[in-house]
Amino acid sequence: MTDWRPGAAPARAARARLLAGLRAFFAARGVLEVETPILSRGAPQDPMLESWEAQAPGGEQGYLQTSPEYPMKRLLADGAPDIYQIARVFRGGESGPRHNPEFTLLEWYRLGLDHHALAREVVALIADQAAQSPDWHAPRGCEAVAYADLFRSTLGVDPTEADAVELERVAGDHGLTIRGGLDRDGWLDALISLVIAPGFPPDRLTILCDYPESQAVLARPCADRPGYAARFELYWGGLELANGYHELTDPVVFRSRRERDIAIRRARGQPLPPADRHLEGALEAGLPDCAGVALGVDRLLMRLLGASRIDQVIDFPWA
Amino acid sequence: MSAPRIIEEQRAMATYSTNEFKAGLKLLLDGDPQSIVENEFVKPGKGQAFSRVKLRNLRTGRVLEKTFKSGESVEAADVMDTEMQYLYTDGEFWHFMVPDTFEQYAVGEAALGDSGQWLKEQDICTVTLWNGEPLSVVPPSFTELKITQCDPGLRGDTAQGGTKPATLESGAVVKVPLFVEEGETVKVDTRNGEYVSRV
Repeated sequence: MTDWRPGAAPARAARARLLAGLRAFFAARGVLEVETPILSRGAPQDPMLESWEAQAPGGEQGYLQTSPEYPMKRLLADGAPDIYQIARVFRGGESGPRHNPEFTLLEWYRLGLDHHALAREVVALIADQAAQSPDWHAPRGCEAVAYADLFRSTLGVDPTEADAVELERVAGDHGLTIRGGLDRDGWLDALISLVIAPGFPPDRLTILCDYPESQAVLARPCADRPGYAARFELYWGGLELANGYHELTDPVVFRSRRERDIAIRRARGQPLPPADRHLEGALEAGLPDCAGVALGVDRLLMRLLGASRIDQVIDFPWA
Repeated sequence: MSAPRIIEEQRAMATYSTNEFKAGLKLLLDGDPQSIVENEFVKPGKGQAFSRVKLRNLRTGRVLEKTFKSGESVEAADVMDTEMQYLYTDGEFWHFMVPDTFEQYAVGEAALGDSGQWLKEQDICTVTLWNGEPLSVVPPSFTELKITQCDPGLRGDTAQGGTKPATLESGAVVKVPLFVEEGETVKVDTRNGEYVSRV
Protein backbone atom coordinates (compact mmCIF):
# COMPACT_ATOMS: atom_id res chain seq x y z
CA MET A 1 0.00 0.00 0.00
CA THR A 2 1.37 3.40 -0.91
CA ASP A 3 0.74 6.31 1.38
CA TRP A 4 -1.60 7.79 -1.23
CA ARG A 5 -3.80 9.86 0.99
CA PRO A 6 -3.50 13.67 0.68
CA GLY A 7 -2.38 15.13 3.98
CA ALA A 8 -4.23 18.41 4.53
CA ALA A 9 -7.96 17.63 4.46
CA PRO A 10 -8.78 19.94 7.41
CA ALA A 11 -7.25 22.91 5.56
CA ARG A 12 -8.79 22.21 2.15
CA ALA A 13 -11.93 24.34 2.41
CA ALA A 14 -10.04 27.10 4.23
CA ARG A 15 -7.56 27.32 1.35
CA ALA A 16 -10.36 27.78 -1.18
CA ARG A 17 -11.94 30.39 1.04
CA LEU A 18 -8.65 32.27 1.45
CA LEU A 19 -7.98 32.30 -2.31
CA ALA A 20 -11.49 33.66 -2.94
CA GLY A 21 -11.00 36.21 -0.16
CA LEU A 22 -7.70 37.42 -1.64
CA ARG A 23 -9.30 37.87 -5.05
CA ALA A 24 -12.22 39.77 -3.49
CA PHE A 25 -9.77 42.05 -1.63
CA PHE A 26 -8.04 43.06 -4.85
CA ALA A 27 -11.26 43.29 -6.86
CA ALA A 28 -12.62 45.76 -4.30
CA ARG A 29 -9.46 47.86 -4.66
CA GLY A 30 -9.38 47.81 -8.42
CA VAL A 31 -6.19 45.73 -8.71
CA LEU A 32 -6.03 43.66 -11.89
CA GLU A 33 -5.34 39.92 -11.74
CA VAL A 34 -2.69 38.76 -14.22
CA GLU A 35 -1.03 35.50 -15.24
CA THR A 36 2.56 35.09 -16.34
CA PRO A 37 4.53 31.96 -17.34
CA ILE A 38 5.73 29.49 -14.75
CA LEU A 39 8.41 28.32 -17.19
CA SER A 40 10.98 30.83 -18.40
CA ARG A 41 14.17 30.85 -20.45
CA GLY A 42 16.23 32.71 -17.87
CA ALA A 43 16.49 32.69 -14.10
CA PRO A 44 17.31 35.28 -11.45
CA GLN A 45 20.97 35.46 -10.43
CA ASP A 46 20.21 36.02 -6.72
CA PRO A 47 22.73 33.72 -4.98
CA MET A 48 20.21 32.98 -2.21
CA LEU A 49 17.70 31.39 -4.60
CA GLU A 50 18.19 28.24 -6.65
CA SER A 51 15.93 27.67 -9.64
CA TRP A 52 14.61 24.27 -10.67
CA GLU A 53 15.72 23.42 -14.14
CA ALA A 54 13.25 22.02 -16.64
CA GLN A 55 14.22 20.17 -19.76
CA ALA A 56 12.13 19.08 -22.72
CA PRO A 57 12.99 15.75 -24.39
CA GLY A 58 14.21 17.64 -27.48
CA GLY A 59 16.79 19.44 -25.36
CA GLU A 60 14.98 22.73 -24.87
CA GLN A 61 16.04 24.17 -21.52
CA GLY A 62 13.95 26.29 -19.16
CA TYR A 63 13.62 27.28 -15.50
CA LEU A 64 10.66 27.15 -13.16
CA GLN A 65 10.03 30.59 -11.70
CA THR A 66 11.15 31.42 -8.17
CA SER A 67 8.66 34.31 -8.26
CA PRO A 68 6.66 36.10 -10.98
CA GLU A 69 8.55 39.34 -10.31
CA TYR A 70 10.32 39.78 -13.65
CA PRO A 71 7.37 39.31 -16.01
CA MET A 72 5.09 41.36 -13.73
CA LYS A 73 7.55 44.24 -13.89
CA ARG A 74 7.56 43.95 -17.66
CA LEU A 75 3.77 44.32 -17.56
CA LEU A 76 4.15 47.47 -15.44
CA ALA A 77 6.75 48.91 -17.80
CA ASP A 78 4.29 48.15 -20.62
CA GLY A 79 1.70 50.40 -18.98
CA ALA A 80 -0.27 47.91 -16.85
CA PRO A 81 -2.13 49.41 -13.88
CA ASP A 82 -1.92 48.01 -10.32
CA ILE A 83 -1.63 44.23 -10.74
CA TYR A 84 -1.61 41.06 -8.64
CA GLN A 85 -1.03 37.39 -9.24
CA ILE A 86 -1.51 34.20 -7.25
CA ALA A 87 1.36 32.14 -8.62
CA ARG A 88 2.94 28.77 -8.09
CA VAL A 89 6.66 29.18 -7.53
CA PHE A 90 9.55 26.77 -7.06
CA ARG A 91 12.74 27.01 -5.05
CA GLY A 92 15.46 24.41 -5.09
CA GLY A 93 16.62 22.84 -1.85
CA GLU A 94 13.97 24.48 0.34
CA SER A 95 12.18 21.84 2.35
CA GLY A 96 11.30 21.84 6.04
CA PRO A 97 8.61 22.62 8.60
CA ARG A 98 8.10 26.07 7.06
CA HIS A 99 9.23 25.38 3.50
CA ASN A 100 7.92 23.39 0.58
CA PRO A 101 9.93 23.64 -2.65
CA GLU A 102 6.70 24.39 -4.56
CA PHE A 103 4.42 26.95 -2.96
CA THR A 104 1.80 29.57 -3.63
CA LEU A 105 2.98 33.16 -3.78
CA LEU A 106 0.70 36.19 -3.85
CA GLU A 107 2.56 39.03 -5.52
CA TRP A 108 1.22 42.50 -6.14
CA TYR A 109 2.38 45.93 -7.33
CA ARG A 110 1.00 49.35 -6.50
CA LEU A 111 1.84 52.39 -8.58
CA GLY A 112 2.95 55.49 -6.71
CA LEU A 113 3.26 53.78 -3.30
CA ASP A 114 6.44 53.40 -1.29
CA HIS A 115 7.37 50.35 0.82
CA HIS A 116 5.90 51.83 4.02
CA ALA A 117 2.50 52.40 2.43
CA LEU A 118 2.54 48.94 0.81
CA ALA A 119 3.43 47.31 4.14
CA ARG A 120 0.32 48.92 5.61
CA GLU A 121 -1.75 47.42 2.80
CA VAL A 122 -0.31 43.96 3.58
CA VAL A 123 -1.45 44.41 7.19
CA ALA A 124 -4.92 45.46 5.96
CA LEU A 125 -5.07 42.40 3.70
CA ILE A 126 -4.22 40.04 6.56
CA ALA A 127 -6.81 41.66 8.86
CA ASP A 128 -9.38 41.42 6.07
CA GLN A 129 -8.71 37.70 5.53
CA ALA A 130 -8.62 36.90 9.24
CA ALA A 131 -12.10 38.42 9.56
CA GLN A 132 -13.51 35.86 7.09
CA SER A 133 -14.21 33.25 9.75
CA PRO A 134 -14.65 33.39 13.52
CA ASP A 135 -12.66 30.13 13.65
CA TRP A 136 -9.59 31.72 12.11
CA HIS A 137 -6.78 33.26 14.11
CA ALA A 138 -6.30 37.00 13.78
CA PRO A 139 -3.11 38.90 14.54
CA ARG A 140 -3.13 41.18 17.59
CA GLY A 141 -1.41 44.44 16.92
CA CYS A 142 1.33 45.43 14.55
CA GLU A 143 4.67 47.06 15.13
CA ALA A 144 6.85 48.67 12.49
CA VAL A 145 10.55 48.86 13.24
CA ALA A 146 13.62 49.74 11.21
CA TYR A 147 16.14 46.92 10.71
CA ALA A 148 18.99 48.97 12.20
CA ASP A 149 16.92 50.07 15.23
CA LEU A 150 15.89 46.47 15.93
CA PHE A 151 19.51 45.26 15.88
CA ARG A 152 20.56 48.11 18.15
CA SER A 153 17.72 47.63 20.65
CA THR A 154 17.76 43.82 20.84
CA LEU A 155 21.46 43.01 20.26
CA GLY A 156 23.20 46.31 20.89
CA VAL A 157 24.97 46.24 17.55
CA ASP A 158 24.85 48.32 14.40
CA PRO A 159 24.12 45.96 11.47
CA THR A 160 26.08 47.91 8.87
CA GLU A 161 29.04 48.96 11.02
CA ALA A 162 29.68 45.58 12.64
CA ASP A 163 31.83 43.12 10.70
CA ALA A 164 31.39 39.33 10.55
CA VAL A 165 33.70 38.78 13.52
CA GLU A 166 31.72 41.10 15.78
CA LEU A 167 28.38 39.65 14.64
CA GLU A 168 29.71 36.16 15.37
CA ARG A 169 30.61 37.31 18.87
CA VAL A 170 27.12 38.82 19.37
CA ALA A 171 25.58 35.54 18.20
CA GLY A 172 27.80 33.64 20.63
CA ASP A 173 26.58 35.90 23.45
CA HIS A 174 23.08 34.68 22.58
CA GLY A 175 24.09 31.02 22.56
CA LEU A 176 24.32 30.73 18.78
CA THR A 177 27.36 29.16 17.15
CA ILE A 178 27.32 28.03 13.53
CA ARG A 179 29.46 25.52 11.70
CA GLY A 180 30.58 26.84 8.32
CA GLY A 181 32.03 30.24 7.60
CA LEU A 182 29.60 33.12 7.24
CA ASP A 183 30.14 36.59 5.85
CA ARG A 184 28.52 39.68 7.36
CA ASP A 185 25.21 39.20 5.55
CA GLY A 186 25.19 35.53 6.52
CA TRP A 187 25.52 36.48 10.18
CA LEU A 188 22.81 39.14 9.84
CA ASP A 189 20.48 36.47 8.40
CA ALA A 190 21.40 34.08 11.19
CA LEU A 191 20.71 36.69 13.87
CA ILE A 192 17.36 37.67 12.36
CA SER A 193 16.17 34.09 11.78
CA LEU A 194 17.58 32.32 14.83
CA VAL A 195 17.79 34.98 17.54
CA ILE A 196 15.55 37.99 16.84
CA ALA A 197 12.46 36.70 14.98
CA PRO A 198 11.85 33.72 17.33
CA GLY A 199 11.41 36.35 20.07
CA PHE A 200 8.65 38.31 18.30
CA PRO A 201 5.35 38.09 20.24
CA PRO A 202 3.49 35.14 18.65
CA ASP A 203 0.27 36.99 17.72
CA ARG A 204 1.83 40.26 16.63
CA LEU A 205 2.64 41.41 13.11
CA THR A 206 6.08 42.95 12.77
CA ILE A 207 7.04 45.11 9.82
CA LEU A 208 10.80 45.11 9.55
CA CYS A 209 11.81 47.91 7.19
CA ASP A 210 14.86 49.50 5.61
CA TYR A 211 17.32 46.61 5.15
CA PRO A 212 21.09 47.07 4.81
CA GLU A 213 21.94 47.94 1.21
CA SER A 214 23.92 44.68 0.87
CA GLN A 215 20.51 42.96 1.19
CA ALA A 216 18.63 45.34 -1.09
CA VAL A 217 17.90 42.69 -3.76
CA LEU A 218 15.64 44.77 -6.05
CA ALA A 219 14.72 47.58 -3.64
CA ARG A 220 15.83 51.13 -4.35
CA PRO A 221 18.28 52.80 -1.96
CA CYS A 222 16.58 54.61 0.96
CA ALA A 223 16.42 58.32 0.27
CA ASP A 224 16.45 59.26 3.96
CA ARG A 225 18.71 56.51 5.34
CA PRO A 226 22.09 56.20 3.59
CA GLY A 227 23.47 52.65 3.47
CA TYR A 228 19.98 51.12 3.62
CA ALA A 229 17.44 50.02 1.05
CA ALA A 230 13.67 50.58 0.81
CA ARG A 231 12.82 46.97 1.57
CA PHE A 232 10.49 45.47 4.18
CA GLU A 233 9.57 42.07 5.50
CA LEU A 234 6.42 41.22 7.38
CA TYR A 235 6.37 38.63 10.16
CA TRP A 236 3.38 37.10 11.92
CA GLY A 237 4.89 36.07 15.23
CA GLY A 238 8.26 34.58 14.24
CA LEU A 239 7.05 33.44 10.81
CA GLU A 240 8.19 35.44 7.80
CA LEU A 241 5.17 36.03 5.56
CA ALA A 242 6.06 38.72 3.02
CA ASN A 243 8.92 40.59 1.42
CA GLY A 244 8.44 43.91 -0.37
CA TYR A 245 10.30 46.77 -2.02
CA HIS A 246 9.94 50.32 -3.10
CA GLU A 247 11.08 49.06 -6.45
CA LEU A 248 14.44 49.78 -7.97
CA THR A 249 13.88 51.48 -11.33
CA ASP A 250 17.46 52.47 -12.17
CA PRO A 251 18.87 50.06 -14.80
CA VAL A 252 22.45 51.04 -13.96
CA VAL A 253 22.07 50.01 -10.30
CA PHE A 254 20.20 46.88 -11.43
CA ARG A 255 23.13 45.86 -13.65
CA SER A 256 25.75 46.46 -10.98
CA ARG A 257 23.82 44.37 -8.44
CA ARG A 258 23.39 41.60 -10.99
CA GLU A 259 27.12 41.61 -11.70
CA ARG A 260 27.78 41.34 -7.96
CA ASP A 261 25.33 38.41 -7.69
CA ILE A 262 27.00 36.63 -10.61
CA ALA A 263 30.43 37.17 -9.02
CA ILE A 264 29.17 35.65 -5.75
CA ARG A 265 27.67 32.66 -7.59
CA ARG A 266 30.92 32.12 -9.45
CA ALA A 267 33.02 32.38 -6.27
CA ARG A 268 30.80 29.88 -4.44
CA GLY A 269 30.64 27.45 -7.34
CA GLN A 270 26.86 27.84 -7.69
CA PRO A 271 25.12 27.19 -11.01
CA LEU A 272 25.03 30.14 -13.39
CA PRO A 273 21.71 30.00 -15.25
CA PRO A 274 21.22 32.40 -18.15
CA ALA A 275 19.90 35.79 -17.05
CA ASP A 276 16.53 37.11 -18.17
CA ARG A 277 17.51 39.90 -20.57
CA HIS A 278 14.02 41.35 -20.82
CA LEU A 279 13.78 42.87 -17.34
CA GLU A 280 16.81 44.97 -18.09
CA GLY A 281 15.11 46.16 -21.27
CA ALA A 282 11.94 46.96 -19.34
CA LEU A 283 13.94 49.01 -16.82
CA GLU A 284 15.64 50.86 -19.68
CA ALA A 285 12.23 51.65 -21.15
CA GLY A 286 11.05 52.83 -17.73
CA LEU A 287 9.47 51.04 -14.80
CA PRO A 288 6.94 53.39 -13.19
CA ASP A 289 7.45 54.44 -9.56
CA CYS A 290 5.87 51.57 -7.63
CA ALA A 291 6.09 49.25 -4.67
CA GLY A 292 5.75 45.47 -4.87
CA VAL A 293 5.41 42.65 -2.39
CA ALA A 294 5.30 38.84 -2.39
CA LEU A 295 3.40 37.01 0.34
CA GLY A 296 3.52 33.28 1.08
CA VAL A 297 -0.10 32.11 0.87
CA ASP A 298 0.58 28.71 2.46
CA ARG A 299 2.23 30.39 5.43
CA LEU A 300 -0.62 32.88 5.80
CA LEU A 301 -3.00 29.90 5.83
CA MET A 302 -0.81 28.23 8.48
CA ARG A 303 -1.15 31.25 10.74
CA LEU A 304 -4.90 31.72 10.11
CA LEU A 305 -5.50 28.09 11.04
CA GLY A 306 -2.93 27.95 13.83
CA ALA A 307 -0.93 25.24 12.03
CA SER A 308 2.71 24.80 13.02
CA ARG A 309 3.92 22.96 9.90
CA ILE A 310 3.46 23.86 6.26
CA ASP A 311 2.51 20.27 5.35
CA GLN A 312 -0.61 20.71 7.49
CA VAL A 313 -1.95 23.10 4.83
CA ILE A 314 -0.56 21.48 1.65
CA ASP A 315 -2.33 18.32 0.49
CA PHE A 316 0.59 17.07 -1.56
CA PRO A 317 3.84 18.25 0.04
CA TRP A 318 7.07 17.40 -1.74
CA ALA A 319 8.94 15.91 1.22
CA MET B 1 41.20 14.92 5.43
CA SER B 2 44.78 13.87 4.68
CA ALA B 3 45.43 11.14 2.15
CA PRO B 4 47.70 8.99 4.37
CA ARG B 5 44.94 8.72 6.95
CA ILE B 6 42.50 7.40 4.37
CA ILE B 7 44.98 4.78 3.27
CA GLU B 8 45.55 3.83 6.86
CA GLU B 9 41.84 3.31 7.40
CA GLN B 10 41.58 1.43 4.10
CA ARG B 11 38.46 3.36 3.14
CA ALA B 12 37.33 6.79 2.01
CA MET B 13 35.85 8.98 4.71
CA ALA B 14 32.10 9.18 4.22
CA THR B 15 30.51 12.60 4.70
CA TYR B 16 26.98 13.94 4.72
CA SER B 17 25.92 17.33 3.43
CA THR B 18 23.25 19.28 5.36
CA ASN B 19 20.74 18.55 2.60
CA GLU B 20 21.05 14.84 3.43
CA PHE B 21 20.40 15.41 7.14
CA LYS B 22 17.49 13.45 8.55
CA ALA B 23 16.53 11.84 11.84
CA GLY B 24 18.65 8.78 12.64
CA LEU B 25 21.72 9.82 10.63
CA LYS B 26 24.97 9.23 12.58
CA LEU B 27 27.61 11.98 12.46
CA LEU B 28 31.06 12.37 13.94
CA LEU B 29 31.09 15.75 15.69
CA ASP B 30 33.59 17.12 18.21
CA GLY B 31 35.18 13.68 18.31
CA ASP B 32 31.98 11.92 19.38
CA PRO B 33 29.44 9.87 17.43
CA GLN B 34 26.12 11.70 17.41
CA SER B 35 22.72 10.78 16.07
CA ILE B 36 20.34 13.32 14.50
CA VAL B 37 17.12 13.49 16.50
CA GLU B 38 15.54 16.34 14.56
CA ASN B 39 16.61 18.50 11.64
CA GLU B 40 14.97 21.82 10.84
CA PHE B 41 15.57 23.82 7.68
CA VAL B 42 15.65 27.56 8.43
CA LYS B 43 15.96 30.23 5.76
CA PRO B 44 14.87 33.82 5.34
CA GLY B 45 13.18 34.14 1.92
CA LYS B 46 16.03 36.18 0.46
CA GLY B 47 18.82 35.03 2.74
CA GLN B 48 21.22 32.37 3.91
CA ALA B 49 19.87 28.88 4.66
CA PHE B 50 20.71 26.98 7.87
CA SER B 51 20.13 23.55 9.34
CA ARG B 52 19.17 23.60 12.99
CA VAL B 53 19.87 20.12 14.28
CA LYS B 54 19.08 18.35 17.51
CA LEU B 55 21.72 15.70 18.15
CA ARG B 56 22.08 12.91 20.67
CA ASN B 57 25.66 12.20 21.70
CA LEU B 58 25.80 8.42 21.50
CA ARG B 59 28.63 8.21 24.01
CA THR B 60 27.20 10.47 26.73
CA GLY B 61 23.50 10.31 25.84
CA ARG B 62 23.30 14.09 26.06
CA VAL B 63 21.09 15.93 23.57
CA LEU B 64 22.12 19.31 22.23
CA GLU B 65 21.32 21.64 19.39
CA LYS B 66 23.74 22.68 16.67
CA THR B 67 23.37 25.03 13.73
CA PHE B 68 25.03 24.46 10.37
CA LYS B 69 25.33 26.72 7.38
CA SER B 70 23.51 24.94 4.54
CA GLY B 71 25.85 23.03 2.28
CA GLU B 72 28.33 22.16 5.04
CA SER B 73 29.59 18.60 5.11
CA VAL B 74 30.07 16.52 8.22
CA GLU B 75 31.95 13.26 8.61
CA ALA B 76 29.77 10.20 9.04
CA ALA B 77 30.20 8.16 12.22
CA ASP B 78 30.87 4.47 11.66
CA VAL B 79 28.08 3.37 13.97
CA MET B 80 26.34 0.01 13.61
CA ASP B 81 23.57 -1.72 15.51
CA THR B 82 24.30 -5.43 15.98
CA GLU B 83 22.20 -8.17 17.53
CA MET B 84 24.19 -9.96 20.23
CA GLN B 85 23.57 -12.53 22.90
CA TYR B 86 24.35 -11.57 26.49
CA LEU B 87 26.66 -14.18 28.02
CA TYR B 88 27.74 -13.19 31.53
CA THR B 89 29.35 -10.48 33.63
CA ASP B 90 32.65 -10.71 35.47
CA GLY B 91 31.70 -7.74 37.60
CA GLU B 92 33.72 -5.27 35.54
CA PHE B 93 32.59 -6.09 32.02
CA TRP B 94 29.43 -7.49 30.50
CA HIS B 95 30.21 -9.99 27.77
CA PHE B 96 28.21 -10.32 24.57
CA MET B 97 28.53 -12.57 21.52
CA VAL B 98 27.45 -12.24 17.89
CA PRO B 99 25.56 -15.54 17.42
CA ASP B 100 26.59 -16.04 13.76
CA THR B 101 30.31 -15.39 14.15
CA PHE B 102 30.89 -16.15 17.84
CA GLU B 103 32.71 -12.80 17.97
CA GLN B 104 32.73 -11.52 21.54
CA TYR B 105 32.54 -7.99 22.90
CA ALA B 106 33.16 -6.74 26.44
CA VAL B 107 30.92 -3.81 27.44
CA GLY B 108 31.97 -1.51 30.27
CA GLU B 109 29.64 0.03 32.82
CA ALA B 110 29.56 3.46 31.14
CA ALA B 111 28.31 2.04 27.83
CA LEU B 112 25.95 -0.36 29.55
CA GLY B 113 24.19 2.40 31.50
CA ASP B 114 20.80 1.50 32.94
CA SER B 115 20.42 -1.45 30.58
CA GLY B 116 22.37 -3.68 32.98
CA GLN B 117 19.45 -3.96 35.36
CA TRP B 118 17.38 -5.88 32.76
CA LEU B 119 19.99 -8.33 31.48
CA LYS B 120 19.43 -12.06 31.73
CA GLU B 121 21.89 -14.55 30.35
CA GLN B 122 21.21 -15.59 26.72
CA ASP B 123 18.96 -12.59 26.02
CA ILE B 124 19.37 -11.16 22.52
CA CYS B 125 20.20 -7.44 22.82
CA THR B 126 21.00 -4.67 20.35
CA VAL B 127 24.58 -3.51 20.85
CA THR B 128 25.59 -0.28 19.13
CA LEU B 129 29.19 -0.36 17.92
CA TRP B 130 31.28 2.66 16.96
CA ASN B 131 34.48 1.73 15.13
CA GLY B 132 34.05 -1.68 16.73
CA GLU B 133 33.70 -0.25 20.26
CA PRO B 134 30.44 -0.91 22.12
CA LEU B 135 28.61 2.39 22.74
CA SER B 136 25.33 1.26 24.20
CA VAL B 137 23.14 -1.77 24.82
CA VAL B 138 19.39 -1.98 24.32
CA PRO B 139 17.81 -5.01 26.04
CA PRO B 140 14.75 -6.79 24.56
CA SER B 141 11.64 -4.59 24.92
CA PHE B 142 10.00 -7.26 27.06
CA THR B 143 11.75 -9.58 29.45
CA GLU B 144 10.68 -12.16 32.01
CA LEU B 145 12.43 -12.04 35.37
CA LYS B 146 12.03 -13.77 38.72
CA ILE B 147 11.22 -11.75 41.86
CA THR B 148 14.00 -12.29 44.39
CA GLN B 149 12.58 -10.02 47.06
CA CYS B 150 9.28 -8.34 47.86
CA ASP B 151 7.02 -7.84 50.85
CA PRO B 152 3.94 -10.03 51.18
CA GLY B 153 0.86 -8.36 49.68
CA LEU B 154 -1.63 -6.97 52.18
CA ARG B 155 -5.30 -7.38 51.37
CA GLY B 156 -7.04 -4.01 50.90
CA ASP B 157 -3.83 -1.97 51.21
CA THR B 158 -4.16 0.79 48.61
CA ALA B 159 -1.92 3.35 50.27
CA GLN B 160 0.67 3.03 47.46
CA GLY B 161 -1.87 2.91 44.63
CA GLY B 162 -2.19 -0.84 44.93
CA THR B 163 1.46 -1.57 44.11
CA LYS B 164 4.61 -2.49 45.98
CA PRO B 165 8.30 -2.54 45.01
CA ALA B 166 9.80 -5.86 43.96
CA THR B 167 13.47 -6.65 43.35
CA LEU B 168 14.11 -8.83 40.29
CA GLU B 169 16.88 -11.38 39.73
CA SER B 170 18.67 -8.93 37.40
CA GLY B 171 18.77 -6.26 40.13
CA ALA B 172 15.99 -4.00 38.80
CA VAL B 173 13.28 -2.78 41.15
CA VAL B 174 9.78 -2.52 39.63
CA LYS B 175 6.35 -1.74 41.03
CA VAL B 176 4.13 -4.82 41.00
CA PRO B 177 0.48 -5.32 42.05
CA LEU B 178 -0.06 -6.37 45.66
CA PHE B 179 -1.12 -9.92 44.72
CA VAL B 180 2.25 -10.75 43.16
CA GLU B 181 4.52 -12.79 45.43
CA GLU B 182 8.25 -13.34 45.90
CA GLY B 183 9.56 -16.23 43.77
CA GLU B 184 7.09 -15.59 40.95
CA THR B 185 8.24 -14.62 37.45
CA VAL B 186 6.90 -11.40 35.92
CA LYS B 187 6.92 -9.85 32.46
CA VAL B 188 8.35 -6.30 32.35
CA ASP B 189 8.54 -3.61 29.66
CA THR B 190 12.20 -2.58 29.74
CA ARG B 191 11.56 0.66 27.81
CA ASN B 192 9.63 2.24 30.70
CA GLY B 193 10.41 -0.21 33.50
CA GLU B 194 6.77 -1.08 34.02
CA TYR B 195 5.26 -4.39 35.14
CA VAL B 196 3.16 -6.02 32.41
CA SER B 197 1.87 -9.31 33.82
CA ARG B 198 2.57 -12.45 35.80
CA VAL B 199 4.06 -15.29 33.78
